[in-house]
Amino acid sequence: MSVGFVMLCHTAFDRAAQVARHWAGHGCPVVIHVDKRVKGKTVRKLMRDLADVPDVRFSSRHACEWGTWGLVAATQAAAGLMLREFPGVRHVYLASGSCLPLRPVSELVAYLDERPKTDFIESVTTEDVGWTVGGLNIERFTLRFPFSWRKNRRLFDGYVRLQRRLGFKRRIPPGLVPHLGSQWWCLTRQTLSAILEDPERESYERYFQRVWIPDESYFQTLVRQVSGNVESRSLTLSKFDFQGKPHIFYDDHLQLLRKSDCFVARKIWPQADKLYRAFLTEDPGAQAVAEPNPGKIDRLFAKAVERRTKGRAGLYMQSRFPNQDWENGMTAAPYSVFEGFAELFENFETWLGKVAGVRVHGHLFAPDRVRFSGGETVYNGSMGDSAMLRDYNPRSFLVNLIWNTRGERQCFQFGPADEQKISEFLSRDPHAQISVISGAWAVPLFHSNRNFSDIRREAALLQKIESQHLAVLRGLHVKARVRIWTLADFVENPMEPLQSIIDEIGPRAPRRLTEAPRMADLTGFGQFLQNLRNQGMQPVLMGDFPAGDDPRPGNTRRGRPYLVK
Amino acid sequence: MRKRRELRPVVSRVAAIRPDSLLLFSTLRNELVRLPYFLRYYRELGINHFLIVDNGSDDGSREYLAEQPDVSLWTTDHSYKRSRFGVDWLNWLQMRYGHGHWTLVVDPDEFFIYPFCDTRPLRALTDWLDASSIKSFSAMILDMYPKGPIGAQPYRTGQDPFEIAKWFDSGNYVISKNRAYGNLWIQGGPRARTFFADAPERAPALNKIPLVKWHRDYAYVSSTHMLLPRGLNLVYDEWGGEKASGCLLHAKFLDTFAVKADEEMARQQHYANSHEYRAYKAAMDDSPDLWCKWSEKYINWRQLEILGLMSKGNWA
Repeated sequence: MSVGFVMLCHTAFDRAAQVARHWAGHGCPVVIHVDKRVKGKTVRKLMRDLADVPDVRFSSRHACEWGTWGLVAATQAAAGLMLREFPGVRHVYLASGSCLPLRPVSELVAYLDERPKTDFIESVTTEDVGWTVGGLNIERFTLRFPFSWRKNRRLFDGYVRLQRRLGFKRRIPPGLVPHLGSQWWCLTRQTLSAILEDPERESYERYFQRVWIPDESYFQTLVRQVSGNVESRSLTLSKFDFQGKPHIFYDDHLQLLRKSDCFVARKIWPQADKLYRAFLTEDPGAQAVAEPNPGKIDRLFAKAVERRTKGRAGLYMQSRFPNQDWENGMTAAPYSVFEGFAELFENFETWLGKVAGVRVHGHLFAPDRVRFSGGETVYNGSMGDSAMLRDYNPRSFLVNLIWNTRGERQCFQFGPADEQKISEFLSRDPHAQISVISGAWAVPLFHSNRNFSDIRREAALLQKIESQHLAVLRGLHVKARVRIWTLADFVENPMEPLQSIIDEIGPRAPRRLTEAPRMADLTGFGQFLQNLRNQGMQPVLMGDFPAGDDPRPGNTRRGRPYLVK
Repeated sequence: MRKRRELRPVVSRVAAIRPDSLLLFSTLRNELVRLPYFLRYYRELGINHFLIVDNGSDDGSREYLAEQPDVSLWTTDHSYKRSRFGVDWLNWLQMRYGHGHWTLVVDPDEFFIYPFCDTRPLRALTDWLDASSIKSFSAMILDMYPKGPIGAQPYRTGQDPFEIAKWFDSGNYVISKNRAYGNLWIQGGPRARTFFADAPERAPALNKIPLVKWHRDYAYVSSTHMLLPRGLNLVYDEWGGEKASGCLLHAKFLDTFAVKADEEMARQQHYANSHEYRAYKAAMDDSPDLWCKWSEKYINWRQLEILGLMSKGNWA
């Protein structure tokens, strides 16, 4: 009889009784405290249920509203009763009615027998604590909290603010260093009785009665006064979510709990029949003595909190729709936008796919339909190629495409002939790599077989649209990786920019480009621009193409592709 | 309120409702073939009592439902359209019987899926929502469809409809925020892709909030797409995180659909002058196949969570 259990119960009494019976049946006395707010009928039934178990006692009842003194008073009463009634008890284990032992009682007993002087209680100074909710650490000890946090949240918060503003501070009793920690501890008789029989107990109590959430600080602080051997961790596996409420265990956690090697877990969903059945029936093949190792469970719950607070980048769905600038990633993955490249090079899309190993689409925002890679009419995620569907919500269209193709880099062509509404979004997205050859839209016009007046009108329109687009890309709020060249500059030296774009796209690309895309024939392009000027239009985005002085690589069509050493 | 007079009780077993009962509310018309599986599915989920409005069925639905031990049934021959598509009737029943209960409002072709639904009963979810002080739970409609023409594989009564309609669209949903009520407006999926490609704004809304810890002051505004007070519509996180959510698998596109579309067209009782059904009717005449090579085959809720259609949020 080396360990006794104190159980604080307020609900699911059938389960509490089941666990109490289990512990008592294995030679560990149990003292049960039932919340005073529970109906007498329910308590009497619990007492009747356990009447045949000799080593179970019921302690005097206190009302246990969360965060109030009642929980500590209840613990004091029950622990005192335990020490008086069962003189053989050396360790007292504080548990709740929704706790479940995960390992055979004998293993816990053996574990404690090897550490007869150790107090297992999480006890951390207020400076080091990282988990408190609401930002109240040291202030738990220095402010007053007359209003219920659950029932009068506004009064509670208001009163805290008022005290902060007035600079009000309670005096912490001399000699006490505030510590916080999990309320589920396992203390030795020596330590516990020293706390309960301390001559200063009354004055400490008066102080702690007005501390916020004293059940996480009363024993945690006082243990430092009396114990020489504090092991600052809880033997109870108890995880808290981002609201500070405990995670609940269900049947599907069975394997995780088994592997945790923890002695006790809380909280268990009362209807988790499989868990109660599995852990309360004697395990014949007792496992090797192991230290508790809740690592996997820690990770599971840490991931849950992260999902709730940060979410998956680039995901927009029914329960995640972040406000602007709160997206944690406006899109799911980096992607590239090429403007003017498909116009300047004849085989740009095939070339890019080959050298960079990426998915290359055509003009996704083309006015007539979505030009998916390979001319597909439906794409990943069953996205259709209807321009109307796309333009109904271009932003959803783009984020969906990037989300649906996670794991494969997406590239697409864009230009002034396309639907422009997406421009602003692209410019703000840090995942967007936007490369622009300004004025390159003139190349297809130059090669087209249309009447010059039409060409001139079209050129004016495209130039106006592209100027607006470039203004967006040069705006103050741009987060995208933007590179802009004029057509003239680019034609002068195409390999260097191409190389840097490809390098940035990814590790799969070769270190050095050996093959250039095939550039359109620009012979006479300078004259073409001059003709536009002569007709009264002012082509400015292409840069400087003197009439009659054709650019250097204009003859690459006939010779070998342009090579870099 | 006046709509209450339109409802006539057929059989009331509401005395069996206990304070913690999980309640399902539904309104239907001529769904006999679907009912056995529907009731079984939700009983297994843990629904304790069904409160159903029968809108003038003549296929035996009413008689079948009246025999069920856990169903309370009302009937009406009044206009579905003028009761705002059944919302008024159900709001009244919810106000009367749903107060203080978790209530699930679904159509007979909607099947509720939530995180861990294969290992945890509905009560595990509602207990967790209670503990987390969450009052409403989102479940987007996911249109399910067969491979091949919609009418090709007949649905037998009692059968799991998703043995036939086991495909869905995984990533073509568009979302915008409805400033007036604070809810999200989600459209897309196979219906938008095939029936509404040239009129996307008319594509049906897919956002739904079917599970609510009901209070007599609450009301659904339009179907279960949005609620009052507005705070109940905030089932999504706006600061980057994910709240927990589920899906309503929609078994609309079975061989029963063609008959239904004809009937609903004739009755002219649906939203926006039945534009939706008109579009279906037109498309149905060429016996459409909603399946495409990117269609995703349904496996389980974990698949939907990975695809980003629903989320575990911080439930673990």
